[in-house]
Amino acid sequence: MLALILKRLGIGVITVLAVSVIIFFGTKILPGDAAQIRLGQEATEANVAAMRERLGLDKSYLQQYLNWLGNFVRGDLGVSLASDTPIMNLISDRYQNTLYVAVLTAAIGVPISLTLGILAAMFPGTLYDRILTFVSVSLVAAPEFFTATILVLLMVFVLGIGNAVVVGSADGKNIFQLIAHFALPITTLSFVIASQLIRMSRAAVLNVMSSPYIEMAILKGVPRRRIILRHALLNAIGPIVNVVALNLAYLVTGVVVVEVYFGYPGLATLIVQAVQTRDFVLIQGLGMIFCMTYVLLMLIADIAAITSNPRLRHPK
Amino acid sequence: MSIPDHHTHYVAPFDADVSFDELPDAPPSQAYWPSITGWIGIVITCFWLFIALLGPWLAPYGENDLPFPDDYSEFQKPKEGAFLGTDVEDRDVASRVMYGAGRTIGIAVAATCLAYFVGVVLGIGAAVSGPRVDMVLSRINDAFLSLPTIMLGLVVVAAVGSSITVLILTAGFIYASVVYRLARAIGMEIMVMDYVEAARVRGEGRWWIITREIWPNARMPLITDFGLRLIYVILFISSLSFLGLGIQPPQSDWGSMVRENLGALQYGESQLSVIAPALAIATLTVSINLIVDDISAHGGGKLSKRM
Amino acid sequence: MAKDTQTPEVIFEAEDLCISAVREDGTDLPIVKDVSFQVHKGEVVALIGESGSGKTTISLSALGYCKPGLTFASGEARLLGRNIAGLSTDELRPARGINVAYLAQSAAATFNPSIRINEQVTEAPVLHGTKTQEEANKKALDLYHALDLPDPETIGERYPHQVSGGQLQRLMAAMALCGDPDLLVLDEPTTALDVTTQIEVLKAFKKVIKDEGAAAIYVTHDLAVVAQIADYIVVLYNGEVKEAGPTDVIINDPQHPYTKRLMAAINPLPEESDAVEPHGHAAAIEVRNMDAGYGRLSNGEPAAMILRDINVTIPKRKTIGVIGESGCGKSTLARVMAGLLPQHSGEVLLDGVALSPRLEDRGKEELRKVQFVYQMADTALNPRQRIKDILGRPLTFYHGLRGKARTKRVLELLEMVELPPPFADRYPHELSGGQKQRVNLARALAAEPEVVLCDEVTSALDTIVAANVIDLLTRLQDETGVSFVFISHDLSTVASFSDEVVVLYAGRVAEIGKVSEILSPPFHPYTRLLISSVPEPRIGWLEETTESQAQKAGLASGVELRQTGCPFVSRCPVAIQGT
Repeated sequence: MLALILKRLGIGVITVLAVSVIIFFGTKILPGDAAQIRLGQEATEANVAAMRERLGLDKSYLQQYLNWLGNFVRGDLGVSLASDTPIMNLISDRYQNTLYVAVLTAAIGVPISLTLGILAAMFPGTLYDRILTFVSVSLVAAPEFFTATILVLLMVFVLGIGNAVVVGSADGKNIFQLIAHFALPITTLSFVIASQLIRMSRAAVLNVMSSPYIEMAILKGVPRRRIILRHALLNAIGPIVNVVALNLAYLVTGVVVVEVYFGYPGLATLIVQAVQTRDFVLIQGLGMIFCMTYVLLMLIADIAAITSNPRLRHPK
Repeated sequence: MSIPDHHTHYVAPFDADVSFDELPDAPPSQAYWPSITGWIGIVITCFWLFIALLGPWLAPYGENDLPFPDDYSEFQKPKEGAFLGTDVEDRDVASRVMYGAGRTIGIAVAATCLAYFVGVVLGIGAAVSGPRVDMVLSRINDAFLSLPTIMLGLVVVAAVGSSITVLILTAGFIYASVVYRLARAIGMEIMVMDYVEAARVRGEGRWWIITREIWPNARMPLITDFGLRLIYVILFISSLSFLGLGIQPPQSDWGSMVRENLGALQYGESQLSVIAPALAIATLTVSINLIVDDISAHGGGKLSKRM
Repeated sequence: MAKDTQTPEVIFEAEDLCISAVREDGTDLPIVKDVSFQVHKGEVVALIGESGSGKTTISLSALGYCKPGLTFASGEARLLGRNIAGLSTDELRPARGINVAYLAQSAAATFNPSIRINEQVTEAPVLHGTKTQEEANKKALDLYHALDLPDPETIGERYPHQVSGGQLQRLMAAMALCGDPDLLVLDEPTTALDVTTQIEVLKAFKKVIKDEGAAAIYVTHDLAVVAQIADYIVVLYNGEVKEAGPTDVIINDPQHPYTKRLMAAINPLPEESDAVEPHGHAAAIEVRNMDAGYGRLSNGEPAAMILRDINVTIPKRKTIGVIGESGCGKSTLARVMAGLLPQHSGEVLLDGVALSPRLEDRGKEELRKVQFVYQMADTALNPRQRIKDILGRPLTFYHGLRGKARTKRVLELLEMVELPPPFADRYPHELSGGQKQRVNLARALAAEPEVVLCDEVTSALDTIVAANVIDLLTRLQDETGVSFVFISHDLSTVASFSDEVVVLYAGRVAEIGKVSEILSPPFHPYTRLLISSVPEPRIGWLEETTESQAQKAGLASGVELRQTGCPFVSRCPVAIQGT
């Protein structure tokens, strides 16, 4: 099993490298010259050439790529083309917002969704199960901004609480104040991942619950509680971790839309601005951060799937 | 009938002429007929397809016309002549939703078709071409699948700008990798079937095996998945447009309409200019999902697990 | 077997039991119809029938259980005098595992893969409070000893996938017996096992059932197995009792035509035949010095060498049976002949001409002459093609037949395999298992081949249907003069219609010769083991056969693949130790 996990980790590293190649050269093929953009249209040719040299743009693409990757590993993401400030400085003001929302969504949304999904799997075909299934089938296909709009209408216009946008800074707030501060983004994202999580965790548990060894446990007269806690959950835990990791990876997309919708400064709004201003250095750096998070979560999902296999956990 | 005491010999009455044929196998599954939720999905989807095709002719105003040239206030409430009110630039929301329908659905359908063409050709190709070709194609595909789709979209738009063609190509190729994986898996599943091996032992060529043995069996699951993929493409394109990186003004689709009217939530008289396009996307995608879910529930529910 | 007959204590009785399947549209489809029988203390009652007879459904009613989608319609199922049909799970829980215990067909699926064996074996009595954990552990240990399990002291500490299939099947018996149940329900507990493994498991079951004094319901399709273990037999067909009575009466004097059919479908091993088979037929296919295996080459050999040094000749118009346990390489031999697996060395000759190892390099005529028939007709027939297209394609492909000529020939082929003409327009899923296998055969014959390779073609079929297919094969050989290579794990089937038999063991030919030679002394020790493992439908056979030395030795160890020498040496009773 260790060999399999190590192999999977190796593939993870290769994937990150492949991602870096795609992102770096993806932003390189475009027309436009970083030095030109940075200095503006009025810059003299000599100035541009000097800037090119300073930025290392006169070197071969391969050399540029290796430099960029080396710097990235050391934590140096370069200097933004649009604002002429080091990207690390731009990020430091914003990463907290993104992190708070993602972590709080995971901490609140995941346990609730899992409980709902597992309960539905334990009572399949009941009214509760059918309503939950219908709601999650509906929500799973709805865009984030639809869910956000509904929530805003409900909270702000019907209940009269909160604000349609997130205003103010998150600095110095304790966890409850943070939850209140980001209430709408967290709720929106929780709904978005909940619909998937409920469906997938329900399917995972249902799959285990319909296996012959559960039928055997029933025929042995094992009490319901023990069937679920000892016989089923033990085998369902791997698939469930897999499902959770996959859905957290999906949060990467959700965060982008939600930050823009509620208009608070985070990493995702930054990358959207970078695309609009064609700030390639910024896109490269942020793209790598997002993609690495995604790859890491996918990795966790895969490793969960590997470790959940009892044959691999207890080799002959 | 009393309980036969089997300590004595019991023989059921029989007719000497009756032969004991092999008991029949399970009856073939019934043809698909939609359930109530399936019908709801079909009706709503057809409604939007109708609007998408005829929107420009049905719309009371042009996309960028001002229904009330004398009244400059934005986000007006519904009234005579604009039953969904007006938007941030005082245009008729209803007309714009009708124009946007064609663009959102048209781009999504075109991109999904492209994704299917590329993905199915390569996926089935990889399944029948042996391990080496499969290895190369699948590794490249894995690299693309390991990126969040929205990031890929952002990089492409940053690189070449945004237009309808770029959107179709980007979404088409991004989702081709998902279709590739599915088509390859289905192809592989069918390739190991004995009837394919039987065709190979007979000496059939690759073309026969693909068109006569694999395709007829891969068709149904792929068509059902088409609906699912269409949903994701609609969401992807709408999200890009919502972020301001998709359809560019003066053209608009539903995603970009939500973005440009976001202000209505804070200080608008009417929020319909945000609600209407968001609701349009949601009703379309949810109703397609209802159809897909209904079909796959009929077929054993395998597809809904893949989501 | 007359124990307790004076004071019959009824453990379980079914009275006019009806069980129905609930269809999607809400209507009921009866699966079990008015079934009545009793199980007395210390008795083993066998429910016998083919697939679709409702035997498993009836046996589960003894636990008050219905598979999902089924429901008790009417009648009673009384366990120790209490009607348990239709009770809720909570009401049934105290009885399950203590009063009645269940053994399923596949132990591999019924053991929880994540929990150690001992916890699962002792779970029922400990949870029900009838035994402390220590008492249960002791009982389990006794059972491991009684069931002849290796390392009884430590086997309970393992996980299910860490023991072999035959051992797991016996561990499941320990699991069922640990709670000292009054009634055991055994559902085809030996069907999935190899024939030599089946004997030992059967023997172990019989011993513990007797020792524990439990009553049992034994579900199977195999009359020969039933004769060894059951005191009473209930014959089922289509959810109805056709005949019931003591085992010796049913076996020796069946009255109902269905029971007679079942008995007739069993192929007894032919007695030494005195018919002299004329030699000197030309060879259709010859395999010379052939080695074959799977995986990447290492040290000039495939990673997993399956077959070594195979020399087999298939004469024209003859049937060669290939026999061996699972994993012996019998299917691999057929795949090499068909060109699906290129051999590593040696050659395959067709009509004296060497065939290319690779399928792609063989010519159309060569391909036509060697046809392959698969075990599972379900996967061998394309579900999206009509029967006329399935049969018509080889006609067009090899013989260029089109239009009317092709249609005519398709109908001829259908007639040949005894299927009515309207079947030409059907899809495979509209046919029963036996009918599909006939189409499967007809497709091979459409090519007008010289050799047909039949890979376990009757293994997935019910006894009677399989017997019909064998009859058909015999007739077709007379009519068309084709040679058959008949691969099977079932010695009696092979012996009943082959001219020669190849006995494979661990990838080597253990013995080869005419059926009469193989089945008469002197035996190869492995052949003797195989022969003595084929259950015979007579009472007392099990005891006799397990006495024999061949059995005792053969049960001791498993298959060992060896590069040189006789691979059977580790199980061989006549091997001289230390040589």
